[in-house]
Amino acid sequence: MPIETRRSDDGKTLTICVEGRFDFSTHQSFRDAYEHSEPTVSHYVIDLSDTTYLDSSALGMLLLLRDHAGGDGARISIENCNSDVRRILSISNFEQLFSIR
Amino acid sequence: MKVLLAEDSASDRLILARLVKRLGHTVIEAEDGTEAVDLFRETQPDLVLLDALMPRMDGMEAARQIKALAGERLVPLIFLTSLSGAGDLARCLEAGGDDFLVKPYNRVILEAKINAFNRMRGLHQALSDQRDHIRRQNQQMLDEQRTARRVFDNIAHTGCLDAPNIRHHASPLSVFNGDVLFAAQRPGGGTLVFLGDFTGHGLPAAIGAMPVAEIFYGMAAKGFGAPDVLREINRKLRRILPVGMFCCGLMVEADFKHNSLRVWNGGLPDGWLLRAGGDRVAIPSRHLPLGVREPDQFSASMTVLDAAPGDWLVMMTDGLPEAPNSGGESLGEEGVLSVLAGLEPGQEPFEALLERMQQHTGKPELADDLTLCCLQMVRAEAPEAMPDKIPESALTGPADWRCVYELREQTLADFNPLPLLLHICMEVPGLRSRSGEVYTLLSELYNNALEHGVLALSSEWKTSPGGFSRYYQERTRRLGNTDGHFIRFSLEHQPREGGGTLTVVCEDSGDGFDFTEYSDTVMQQQAASTGRYAGRGLEILRRMTRNLKVHGRGNRVEIVYDWWFPDAAIISGA
Repeated sequence: MPIETRRSDDGKTLTICVEGRFDFSTHQSFRDAYEHSEPTVSHYVIDLSDTTYLDSSALGMLLLLRDHAGGDGARISIENCNSDVRRILSISNFEQLFSIR
Repeated sequence: MKVLLAEDSASDRLILARLVKRLGHTVIEAEDGTEAVDLFRETQPDLVLLDALMPRMDGMEAARQIKALAGERLVPLIFLTSLSGAGDLARCLEAGGDDFLVKPYNRVILEAKINAFNRMRGLHQALSDQRDHIRRQNQQMLDEQRTARRVFDNIAHTGCLDAPNIRHHASPLSVFNGDVLFAAQRPGGGTLVFLGDFTGHGLPAAIGAMPVAEIFYGMAAKGFGAPDVLREINRKLRRILPVGMFCCGLMVEADFKHNSLRVWNGGLPDGWLLRAGGDRVAIPSRHLPLGVREPDQFSASMTVLDAAPGDWLVMMTDGLPEAPNSGGESLGEEGVLSVLAGLEPGQEPFEALLERMQQHTGKPELADDLTLCCLQMVRAEAPEAMPDKIPESALTGPADWRCVYELREQTLADFNPLPLLLHICMEVPGLRSRSGEVYTLLSELYNNALEHGVLALSSEWKTSPGGFSRYYQERTRRLGNTDGHFIRFSLEHQPREGGGTLTVVCEDSGDGFDFTEYSDTVMQQQAASTGRYAGRGLEILRRMTRNLKVHGRGNRVEIVYDWWFPDAAIISGA
C-alpha cells in the first residue's frame, strides 16, 4: 500500500505516510486516509520520508485535506521531505499554508 | 456459426459436415483449396476447417490466402490432417493455422475445439468493438478540443504575442494541458504578459482558463495594472475552481517609458531577467498560486526591477525543466540556468533554450505541455492611435462635461484611479481611438502627483543603480502613511469641430517642487539639463498637449489636450 495511516494513542493526531510517488494515482487512497478518520483527530501529520516524488495534483490533494481539516484553522504538518519534494512545496510557497518540517 | 469445411475426400467431408451440423452450425463445403478461398470470399464464414493436403491448392497456401482475406477479423483456422510429424504440424501453424485436428476425427475433441475458438472469437470481437469505440471517442474528443480551442481563441486571441519583442513557444492545444499565455499592450504603452499553468489537464483546465483570459484582456485594455489583474484573477479562480485546483502563474508588467519591470511569480519555476550587460536576476516564486487564497489574504505585491532596452525576460512552465530525455532524466532548473549562463553576447535566450531542449529530448518537436516566453525590453515609442474602429455609437455620448475626482488618505495607497478616469474619458464619442494618449496623460499626471507630490520621493534616486530599489522600498514605506493627503483631478471636455478639447488639472497635497511657476521653455531646459524623472514625465506631457502649466508650488499641473477624429470625413459624412 502506498498510503499508510496511524493514530496517536490519544487519538488526536493522524499520521499519513505516503510511499513512492505522491501523484494522481494516490488520489483515492489519500482521501480515504483522512475522510474516514475519527472526529477526535485535530492534528494531521503528512510523513513524506518515503515519498520520492510529488506533483501538482498532490499539492491539490494537500489543499483538499486542508479544507477538510478546517481551512485556515487546520493544523497540518508536512514532515521529512527529501530535497526534491521540499523544492516543489516551496516553489508553490506552501509553507504559507502548512507547517513544513 | 458459419463453418467453412474444405476437404477433398467426399466421405471424410460428409462425416465431418454431419458432426458440425449436429453441433448447431451451418456448414459450407469446398472440395479443394481454390474453392475454399473463393467460398471464403463469398460467404465470410466464422471458422474454417481445412485439410492440409488437397489437389489444385493445398491447405497451406489456402490458409495464407484466407488469413490475408480475413484481415483484422479473427477467423480461427483449424487444419485437418493425417500428418503426425512435429515438423509437418508446425508448418500448418506457420502457414496461419490456429490449431490442428488429427484424423481420424474424435467428436468430443472437435466439439471442444470449435467451442474454444468460438469463445476466442467472441473475445476478439468484444475487444475490437471496444477498440473501435475508444477510437471513435478519441476522435470525437479531438474534434471537440479543436472546436473548443477555436472558441477559446476568440476569447483569448493572441493579444500582442506576435510583437517583434516577444518570442514564445506554446503548443496549439496547450490550453488542454493547462498552460495559458497572454500578452497585451497597455493603453499608455508598455506590455502586460501572463503565463499560467493550471493543475490538471483537459476540460477542467481549459474551463478555468476562459475567465482568466477574459479578465486579463478586459482589464489590460482598460488600463489596469498587474496587481489589480492578479487580484481579480485570484478572486475569480478562488470562487470557481474546486478546492485542490489552482493556477501557478507569472505576471510581468513592462514599462518601456520608465525602463522598469514589475513581476509576480506564484508557483512557476524561476523566471529570469537577463541584462544586456550579462547580469542575470532570478524571479523566484514568492507567492502561493492563484485560486488558493481568499481575496483578503492574497498578496499581489510585485517585485520592481530596473531594466534597459535590449534586456530579456524569460519565463516558462515546469514542462521545460521537467521534460525527460530518453533515459527519463530532466534538464532541471540548473540545466536551464546553465543555458542562460552560456549565452553569447547578443544571442537570444529563446533560441538557445529551444535548441537545448531539442538536444535534450532528442526530438525535433517539443512536448505540448511546456510553454516558454521571452520578452525583450525596447525603447518606448510614442503611443499610437488604437486601431479600433469608431464604434457605431460614435456620435452619441457625453461630449460637454466637467467632473472633479478626489482621492484621500488611505485610498491613495489602496486604489489606482487610472482605469476609472480613463473610462470616464472614453465615453466621449470618438475619443476611444486616443485611449493610449489619454492614458499616458492621466498616468504621468497621477504618478507625478503621487510619487513626487504626496510621497515626496526624489527622482534622482532612480538614476543610481542602488537607488532604484531604494526608491521602490521607500515608495512602499511612505504609502503606509498618507494621512491628510489628497490628489484631485478636475477633468473637463468640450467638443470642437472635428474633435474636442480635454483639460485636466491635477492637484496634490504635497510640498511641490522647489520652483514657483515654470513656463514651457524652462521645463524643457530643465528636462534636458538634468534628465530628472519628474522632468522627463513633464516633458512627455508637454510634447503631447497644446498647453502645460505648472502652478503654485508645483503641485498643481494643468494640461490642455486637443484631439481630432481619426478620419473626420467619415464622421461628417455619417
